[in-house]
Amino acid sequence: MDDSLRDLYQDVILEHNKRPRNYRTIAGADSELEGYNPLCGDRLTLYLKFEGERIADAAFQGHGCAISTSSASLMTEAVKGKTKAEAEKIFDGFIHLVRKQAPIPGKEEIGKLAVFSGVWEFPARVKCASLAWHTLHSALEGKNEKVSTE
Amino acid sequence: MSPKATAAAKPVFDVERVRQDFPILHTTVHGKSLVYLDNAATTQKPQAVLDALRHYYEAENSNVHRGVHFLSETATQEFESSRAKVARFINAAVAEEIIFVRGATEAINLVANSFVRPRLKPGDEVLVSEMEHHSNIVPWQMACEATGAHIKVIPINDAGELRFDEFLRLLGPRTKFVAIGHVSNALGTVNPVKRIVDAAHGLGVPVLIDGAQAVPHAPVDVQAIGCDFYAFSGHKMYGPTGIGVLWGKRDHLQAMPPWQGGGDMIRSVTFAKTTYNDVPFKFEAGTPHIEGAIGLGAAVDYLSHIGMANIQAHEKDLLEYATKKLGGLKGIRILGTAKDKAAVLSFIVEGVHPHDVGSLLDRDGIAVRTGHHCAQPVMDHYGVPATSRASFGLYNTRAEVDALVAGLAKILEMFK
Repeated sequence: MDDSLRDLYQDVILEHNKRPRNYRTIAGADSELEGYNPLCGDRLTLYLKFEGERIADAAFQGHGCAISTSSASLMTEAVKGKTKAEAEKIFDGFIHLVRKQAPIPGKEEIGKLAVFSGVWEFPARVKCASLAWHTLHSALEGKNEKVSTE
Repeated sequence: MSPKATAAAKPVFDVERVRQDFPILHTTVHGKSLVYLDNAATTQKPQAVLDALRHYYEAENSNVHRGVHFLSETATQEFESSRAKVARFINAAVAEEIIFVRGATEAINLVANSFVRPRLKPGDEVLVSEMEHHSNIVPWQMACEATGAHIKVIPINDAGELRFDEFLRLLGPRTKFVAIGHVSNALGTVNPVKRIVDAAHGLGVPVLIDGAQAVPHAPVDVQAIGCDFYAFSGHKMYGPTGIGVLWGKRDHLQAMPPWQGGGDMIRSVTFAKTTYNDVPFKFEAGTPHIEGAIGLGAAVDYLSHIGMANIQAHEKDLLEYATKKLGGLKGIRILGTAKDKAAVLSFIVEGVHPHDVGSLLDRDGIAVRTGHHCAQPVMDHYGVPATSRASFGLYNTRAEVDALVAGLAKILEMFK
């Protein structure tokens, strides 16, 4: 297998695809938002529970490719316990990461998400990686309309 | 699609020689030899077609049916000679029955607007099948919405075959039109088009056959099928994009009103009254896709030279080989197991999303289609959002099937 592909499908990604974290609903969620990629049919619902400005709990359900499922899984882990402002900063860093190979601003917040650094080499897959994140971004802005990547 | 045609195959087909005719097949992708298995989406073009396009612009370029000068007459001759080639290729009664359009989609829209829509009244029905491509669903939905008529859907069984009993049950006094694909792009199923036409004609119902996936793969004889209209695309039969064909029975075409207005489709124009040209020109408003039609003529020559029966036999061998090989991989499920099938293999890799399959195969140089194949009702039937699809053409080989199988085995191992 070639190196760029190994970079895309890192073990962490494969592992989160197989056993996604926080794959559940949240009873009494403050935000419940659907994200949809009409191009490939990937679909997920993101649940958020807030305590003041803090994200107390984050979970998701849906179906999609390994890139989109693992991205959602790692995202819920990354933002849980963070403030909304901190989560927005991680969102910015992540989108920057998957769109180009430039140095990542605020890399310290990216942490484990660096496993997605190979995505930019696969333009067709950037939307897969960012679906959950755009849904999060809309949810944090208090929107309640379905998020579409198209 | 008759077994007789297969039996008559000339024993001269040499796939390695055929491959030499297609420059793009020598491309390398990510350092690997290209394995092009997306022929149901579009086919690659032989040198003869590329040469015809170049020659047209270098030596013949001019508008058709207009000038009296040398180039215009040459271009007109080439354009009309392509029409005659296409007519012979599908055994049309006369060349005037060949209308050049943008593709199968435009051909279907033309019939929907010009032939079917004026005949529909509230409560009337148009029959399509569950396995249709969106292009053979949406134009009928639009015609029905505008007139108060309804679409009725002939279901398929789990093998992906048309439920003929259900077709006969749905066919009735309200049925005003039947539109059916000859070969399913998503499953490869070959429909019994002659039986369908005979049954519909028994009630006086006209039939359109969407032949986009049939014409490149087997001999097609529109008179033997007996349908009223037959639609197909140039780019799926080794010709250029942007050119396609609507074949229609001359009586129908003559009785139909034009769809689009403009130059070339008129005999005389005054502000008081316009007289329309004869068929086929009545349906070819504006300057046509001249080089596309000439390129399609070259593709027809090329296919005729190889022999459609040879192509059918070669692809049948590939399909059988691929079905056996992929079927032998634990974790691969093939969708569409009709008894009569063209060389299309739709499959699910258990536990792996088709887009991951597509990206991973691409890195091995293997091009397959992943997604819903513009046939979402088929995906719904099987309860999957998408599939991976390998579709074969005349230049594919057993070695390429082996490459696909090796690629899939690697993916299964990776996602274990």
